[in-house]
Amino acid sequence: MAVVFSKPKSLTDREFHYCPGCPHGIIHRLVAQAIDNLGIEGRTIGIAPVGCAVMAYDYFACDMVEAAHGRAPAVATGIKRALPDRIVFTYQGDGDLASIGMAETVHSAARGENITIIFVNNAIYGMTGGQMAPTSLPGQVTQTSPYGRDVATQGYPIRICELLSSLDGPHFIARVAVNNVKNVNQAAKTIEKAFRNQVEGKGFSLVEVVSACPTNWGMTPSKALAWVSERMIPYYPLGVFKDADEKEDRA
Amino acid sequence: MAKVTFNEDRCKGCGLCVEACPKKIVVIDRDRINRKGHNPATVREMDKCIGCAFCATMCPDCVITVEK
Repeated sequence: MAVVFSKPKSLTDREFHYCPGCPHGIIHRLVAQAIDNLGIEGRTIGIAPVGCAVMAYDYFACDMVEAAHGRAPAVATGIKRALPDRIVFTYQGDGDLASIGMAETVHSAARGENITIIFVNNAIYGMTGGQMAPTSLPGQVTQTSPYGRDVATQGYPIRICELLSSLDGPHFIARVAVNNVKNVNQAAKTIEKAFRNQVEGKGFSLVEVVSACPTNWGMTPSKALAWVSERMIPYYPLGVFKDADEKEDRA
Repeated sequence: MAKVTFNEDRCKGCGLCVEACPKKIVVIDRDRINRKGHNPATVREMDKCIGCAFCATMCPDCVITVEK
C-alpha cells in the first residue's frame, strides 16, 4: 500500500492552536501542499498576520515574518523587492486584510507586486472574541452587532475580490471556499495557481477563501460549514474575478 | 484495499471527517479521550474503507493518513 494522503512536508509537526473544526487548519494544509507541489519550500517566505493566524509562523516549515496588524502586503513588498528570487506569500484574515490593512492591500494590488495573498474570510473577528468585521453579513449577529448588522448604521460588507478586480494591477483574483470536499479540492488548485503565478513572475495574485468560525458564530463545525453554503457563498460568490492569462488568450 | 490511520492525539473531535465519509465508517469514539481531552475520531470497520481521502481532505488538524 502506498500513502495517498498525509501531512504536507511544508507544515511543521506543531499542533494547530485553532478551535476544533476551524477551517484555518484546512487552509494551512492547502498552502503547504501548494509549496510542496511546486518544490519551493527552500525559498519561500511567509508573512503572518494579526488575528487567529498570528502564530502561523509556528506551523509553516519555511521562513516566516510577523507583520504589524494589516501590514503584511507592505512587508511582503519589501521582502520581494529586496529578494526577488524568493516566493513571498501573506496569510491574512478579514479583520487584518479588509479593515486595518485595506490601504496596504489595495495599494500592493494596484502596484501589481509579484506576491501571493491568501485571504481568509470568515465574516468575523475571531481572535478578539467575535466582533463585527467589514465582511460580516447584513443581519449577522456578532458581539458588537447583537441585533444583527444593520446596514443603515453599520454599512455593507466589502467584497474584496470584486473591489480589487477593478484595478489594472492584479494578475489573478479568485474566491474559493472550504465548506465541502469538492470546494476544498478546487481551493487547492486555485491556491497552487496563485503560487505558480509568482514563480513564473506574473504578478499580484490573491485568493480569498470563504471560511467559517464555529466558535464565534456559536455553531458546531458542521453547522458552520452549512452556514457557509447557505449564507456566505450567496453573498460572496465563488469564481475567478480576474485572470490576466485568460485576457491574453482572448486578445 | 485501503487504510486510514488517525494520529489521535492531534484530533480535536470536530467531526468534519465523520460528515465527509461517503461510507459512514468514521465515528467519534465517545468511550475514549485523547491527550487534548477530546473524543477522537476513529474507524471501526476498516475493511469498508475505499481510500477516497475525503475524511483527510476535510480534517483541519492533519490527523489522517490514507494508504491505498
